[in-house]
Amino acid sequence: MMLKIENLHASVDGKEILKGIDLTIGAGEVHAIMGPNGSGKSTLSNVIAGRDGYEVTQGSVTYKGMDLLAMLPEERAWAGVFLAFQYPVEIPGVNNTYLLKAGVNASRKHRGEQELDAMEFMQLVKEKAKLVELDQSFLSRGVNEGFSGGEKKRNEIFQMAVLEPSLALLDETDSGLDIDALRIVAKGVNELRAAERSIIMITHYQRLLDYIQPDVVHVLADGKILKTGDKSLALKLEERGYDWVREEAHA
Amino acid sequence: MSNTKKEQQPESFTNREYEAGFITDIETDTLPPGLNEDVIRHISAKKDEPEWLLNWRLEAFRHWQTMTEPHWPNVTYTPTDYQAISYYSAPKSQADGPKSLDEVDPKLLETYEKLGIPLREQAFLAGVAVDAVFDSVSVATTFKGKLKEVGVIFCPISEAVRDHPELVQQYMGSVVPTGDNFFAALNAAVFTDGSFVYIPKGVRCPMELSTYFRINALNTGQFERTLIIAEEGSYVSYLEGCTAPQRDENQLHAAVVELVAMDDAQIKYSTVQNWYPGDENGLGGIYNFVTKRADCRGARSKVSWTQVETGSAITWKYPSCVLRGEDSVGEFYSVALTKMHQQADTGTKMIHIGKNSRSTIVSKGIAAGHGNQSYRGLVKIAKSAEGARNYTQCDSLLIGDQCGAHTFPYVEVKNPTATMEHEATTSKIGEDQLFYCQSRGISEEDAVNMIVNGFCKDVFNELPMEFAVEANRLMEVSLEGAVG
Ligand SMILES: Nc1ncnc2c1ncn2[C@@H]1O[C@H](COP(=O)(O)OP(=O)(O)OP(=O)(O)O)[C@@H](O)[C@H]1O
Ligand SMILES: [Mg+2]
Repeated sequence: MMLKIENLHASVDGKEILKGIDLTIGAGEVHAIMGPNGSGKSTLSNVIAGRDGYEVTQGSVTYKGMDLLAMLPEERAWAGVFLAFQYPVEIPGVNNTYLLKAGVNASRKHRGEQELDAMEFMQLVKEKAKLVELDQSFLSRGVNEGFSGGEKKRNEIFQMAVLEPSLALLDETDSGLDIDALRIVAKGVNELRAAERSIIMITHYQRLLDYIQPDVVHVLADGKILKTGDKSLALKLEERGYDWVREEAHA
Repeated sequence: MSNTKKEQQPESFTNREYEAGFITDIETDTLPPGLNEDVIRHISAKKDEPEWLLNWRLEAFRHWQTMTEPHWPNVTYTPTDYQAISYYSAPKSQADGPKSLDEVDPKLLETYEKLGIPLREQAFLAGVAVDAVFDSVSVATTFKGKLKEVGVIFCPISEAVRDHPELVQQYMGSVVPTGDNFFAALNAAVFTDGSFVYIPKGVRCPMELSTYFRINALNTGQFERTLIIAEEGSYVSYLEGCTAPQRDENQLHAAVVELVAMDDAQIKYSTVQNWYPGDENGLGGIYNFVTKRADCRGARSKVSWTQVETGSAITWKYPSCVLRGEDSVGEFYSVALTKMHQQADTGTKMIHIGKNSRSTIVSKGIAAGHGNQSYRGLVKIAKSAEGARNYTQCDSLLIGDQCGAHTFPYVEVKNPTATMEHEATTSKIGEDQLFYCQSRGISEEDAVNMIVNGFCKDVFNELPMEFAVEANRLMEVSLEGAVG
């Protein structure tokens, strides 16, 4: 089992956002999470990645048998958890490649592997940049500094490719991508699909799922997983919206 | 500055000490505390000074007695008792002034080795000439011979008074007059040593010059004076570094630096200031009250001040440029870090007099803990400064919510053709930035260093290569424990 979330409750500033999430993801699976604005999708991914400011009041998150909630965010990263941000952060003056190299080498060190030297790392980075057709010039720029919305998203997937996580959370990576970019990014993600890598894709659009076929689709609304189905659920949502899911759940 | 850089290992983060805080146990020749004309005569006599210089000092002293300490900087501190300070302290072994390196007291050599400043010339890889000032005297100057071959004079100022009196008399006090301000007047009265640099016409100084200031003795003030003259078409890059032992008493450092740049001359002056900042409760630390000014006298002359200020309990310092020459250029790049209870009121003055003179100000202030800092800058465009241009960028970064950052930009424009640009930002190290780095596998402490170094990059880029590495390292050490 890659990830097992049981009865997860979490609040922000005393307000309960997640109200009992149950979610199980097997190795190699791709799950899509859809749901209305403000339903708690980003909250869930932030709690999994370990962001400060969320209080888990009940429940557990188990990743590869480890109690994820007891780990620091960087420890989760070393263990192979990766979050592609809905709103990637700009860090002026900090070189994009430098940040990644520090991240990769910290992880390698904690896994007892040899750190990559500058040459080896550049080689890796160039190869991965090709995967998402990211122009080399982005490698030497400040982290997301002055990147356009779509460029930031592409940079997130590039980082995922370099960090090679076991569990990737993609929070609305498709939002803000133009038609070509969406295709390129989806192609990149598909190439990263592997038997030992699970992916959670948060999205509002069925279209992404045409490119990246999910194994399972969940609807998160009002802080709970209200419905789980296969890819056809996404088509149904596209057509009919979320109200019927709520009605069905409350019936 | 050290040539062998320690790799920053996570375990070293537990070491939060001020690395330069040790005391050298050495016999000294120290004047009893107190300040009067006899003390000044005594200092002057110790240094075997000519009559004119003694008179110059006495005149400054008399002026100083009529002045009051300025209170406009945005800092608060226990006032200094000027009668409780000793105005002269020198290692006994150095009584007759610096000789050859073989004769320098091994304890002093060891002190500088510990600080990462090897004074033995063969220990240098990068070819940096060093003048080492220990309390009131210069203990060694390296590479003098090599510099002499190209006509560059680099020596303690007391030696310059003896060997090049005409130059000293002509220039000393010509940029910062003795009565310029309270601390400059005090310095003129009691200055003990400092460096002197003369670059002849058309010479590009073949190596970096650097002075390393060390305060060691208790209850002494350090009052050094530096004078750099760059003749027509010459170039020099100069760096000063400073440290002091860890003591509970505050100690005063009131220096004066004067730079003169003739036609087409360039002076690059870099400072890495790491005086003892006091402890976490605000006890002890150096009062760093310094007057630094450049006279860009010649056409197309250029002076760049780059400073990295991480030490001192109180800093009060405005390296300035008087842009007299046509097309002259003044630059000020500054990183100031205040943490614990440190306070800094620092910035620059760019005085545009020459036509088409240009200035650039980039100030990066970082406040953490209970640190408090102010940028104070003046850009003055005189009537004569047709087509003058200034660009000012002033950024503050806050770490935590107990610290403060302020900016006081003053602008006086007397010529309508001047172009002024001003940008200012204040940001907090964002929780979102830290989380972003952490989610990529970077620890919080490393993330803070990375973000701060990124913030300072525009300034660090201006430092000579090896000093930029040192500055990076110093920031890391200084930031230890600043977060959390
Ligand atoms: N720091 C906070 N303070 C107060 N409310 C918050 C905070 N963070 C999140 N919330 C609230 O929690 C709810 C869930 O937010 P979240 O970002 O998880 O939604 P989402 O499902 O990702 O929405 P979207 O589809 O718009 O991205 C929202 O109502 C939001 O306003
Ligand atoms: Mg969201």
